[in-house]
Amino acid sequence: MRLRRQKPDSAGTNRRGGHTEPDVFADGVHDLPGSSADEAILEVRKLSVAYVIDAGFVMAVDRVDLDLGRGEFLGVVGESGCGKSTLLFGIAQLLSPPARIVGGSVNFHGKEIAGLSDKQLRHIRWREYSVVMQSAMNALNPVKTVAGQMRDVCKAHSDMSDDEIRQRSEEVLRLVSIDPVHLDSYPHQLSGGMRQRSMIAMALLFTPDLVIMDEPTSALDVVAQRSLMVQIKELQERLGFAVIFVTHDMSLISNFSDRLAVMYAGQIVELGDTRQLFDSPLHPYTQGLLEAFPSIRGPKRHLLGIPGQPPDLAKPPPGCPFAPRCPQVMAKCTTIEPPLLDVQEDLVRCLLYENGPPEALAANAPTPVEIQELPERLPAGSAAGPGEGTSQ
Amino acid sequence: MSDPLLRTEGLTRHFRLGGLFGKRTLHAVDDVNLMVGRREIVALVGESGSGKSTIARLLAMVYKPTAGEIYFEDRPLSRLRSRRDQLEYRGNVPMVFQDPYSSLNPAYRVSHGLRRGMKLHRPDLDRHQRVEEIERVMNAVGLVPADIMLRKFPYEMSGGQRQRVGFAQALGYRPKLILADEPVSMLDVSIRIGLLNVMSELREREDVSFLYITHDVASARYIADRVIVMYAGYIVEEGLTEDVLQRPKHPYTQLLLSAVPDPKAIVAVSGSTDASEPPKVVDPKEGCRFQPRCPYAVAECETITPRLRMLGVEHRAACHVAVPDEAQEGGASSSERGNELADPSPSTASPRPV
Repeated sequence: MRLRRQKPDSAGTNRRGGHTEPDVFADGVHDLPGSSADEAILEVRKLSVAYVIDAGFVMAVDRVDLDLGRGEFLGVVGESGCGKSTLLFGIAQLLSPPARIVGGSVNFHGKEIAGLSDKQLRHIRWREYSVVMQSAMNALNPVKTVAGQMRDVCKAHSDMSDDEIRQRSEEVLRLVSIDPVHLDSYPHQLSGGMRQRSMIAMALLFTPDLVIMDEPTSALDVVAQRSLMVQIKELQERLGFAVIFVTHDMSLISNFSDRLAVMYAGQIVELGDTRQLFDSPLHPYTQGLLEAFPSIRGPKRHLLGIPGQPPDLAKPPPGCPFAPRCPQVMAKCTTIEPPLLDVQEDLVRCLLYENGPPEALAANAPTPVEIQELPERLPAGSAAGPGEGTSQ
Repeated sequence: MSDPLLRTEGLTRHFRLGGLFGKRTLHAVDDVNLMVGRREIVALVGESGSGKSTIARLLAMVYKPTAGEIYFEDRPLSRLRSRRDQLEYRGNVPMVFQDPYSSLNPAYRVSHGLRRGMKLHRPDLDRHQRVEEIERVMNAVGLVPADIMLRKFPYEMSGGQRQRVGFAQALGYRPKLILADEPVSMLDVSIRIGLLNVMSELREREDVSFLYITHDVASARYIADRVIVMYAGYIVEEGLTEDVLQRPKHPYTQLLLSAVPDPKAIVAVSGSTDASEPPKVVDPKEGCRFQPRCPYAVAECETITPRLRMLGVEHRAACHVAVPDEAQEGGASSSERGNELADPSPSTASPRPV
């Protein structure tokens, strides 16, 4: 476990919600588990991103705090629509209307980058942080060779000579174990895995300190996915860049990330050490997610998933956004918005832990989903039940 | 095992590349013999490009096979000439598609698709019976209350609900086998299980079989009785789910299983990364198509295409190197299975090249 960081800045920066809930951060200083201060390369504070539409706005990212240490691998998981990609774009300053940052700050290398113009950003983009997009087929230019696209990047962000560019391009391709002959290939001549690898190679052209990845493996099959993950991890350990890795597949990230942030309805609901989060998840949503996918090993169990569906962010419910689907919901959950509580070195946004660590609760907290041995065939009537099929 | 409902013999589909005079052929599906029994869930597992969706389309009569035959209830599909016969078959074997966001017509309410399908495939029902039947299938897939859900437009529904509509439409035809082509891959993790449970339940209550096509081995294990693993157009391994997953014979199956992320296992991150080269399916030569990636390849793998061999009870793999199960572990099941081996029932004896 890394050292926790005492955050030097003023009180209140980290207080969420801001209404009637008891103030758990009495001193206003609320440290994020993460790296020590001199190592942090990215500090996100109360970042809010909204999609501004005619009918009002949709709060896609709601007061998110994140710290990222040098060389750290942070996973961000959540379901579609939870704001994880929007958060990434907010950090990378890639939002385009109608999305815009409506509050908070993104501090990268001690510099505020939220609100910088494209011209100002050009000096740090790609050189200090780069982004790997979800679908390599769409992110690569179909009518340009890989070398041509790398040249574009280098010309835009540096004044390298053509020879230098060629040399560097070959280097980065070798880094991701692609034969440099493919520099003259067009994207359609590469397999899905190779396309994604060349995207990563491109992101490493200037050896940035931070690589932001938005589901880079989601278009690949499991075998290619696995080998890409291993490769990303190896490169990261070798070159020492930090990674923010967004994915909807929690199991994918389990063996690779140092810390994990679980997002739900635009907020971080749990943030902590990956191993610990998998071994003892605190938030009912995380518990539900972990119980939602079947395993290929161990006994077969009947799983229920999480009934219901995520809230409409245009009209978020009062209180905890997970309350309507929560198996451990309490009366106050629908009125009080839970703050991010510090429990056992994890941060969790749930009122269950208001009064301290879970030992006190362990006795009366029901298990999140009922677990039973799966019979040879599932009993009739067990399935369709209260799934997301029921109307709200 | 149950009676065969649908089986294929030497099913093959090639695509010609490069326009009218193209000389190259892509071997999407080669010599596939598969069988789906009554009330059985069979999972067809493989990576993208392995031919699993092509099989679904062949079975749905979207494509015509290049060679081979499909038998549904022992009647060859190539004999279904009249529109009536074809309609009947399509009603018996409907398909549920991968993408619930594009498989429903956005301009019509949910009820529209259900009504049209039912008019076409169940002409015996009158108006009132149709309404009742629609309500019944909506309830069966968990879309309640049916009257409210039926009035919705697709955009008013979540992905999981839309996919349930897909299943309701298929169910409206009183099908015997539903071809489910990656039905949950576009859905969120927390929703997937609900839909897999719906499939299991439909098998119980509606006596439907499923051919569940997926790349997600864990979900296949969750609902399927048998698993068929495909690689580059060939079936490389098939057998009862637990046999295949716990004692994989084919090196590809082993690779596939080792790649499945498991949060509970602490896996060493280092180690050999598979080159994961896509297999050559355009004008392939004789020989095992997995050979370039295979750690156990021997000389004959390069020249002789391996055929499926019986390596255990109801467990076949197409590999020169794989070794058969030793004597079965004891217990009641082994003697029972032993009988089956000695005297293969006609249903399981679909001809397979040896």
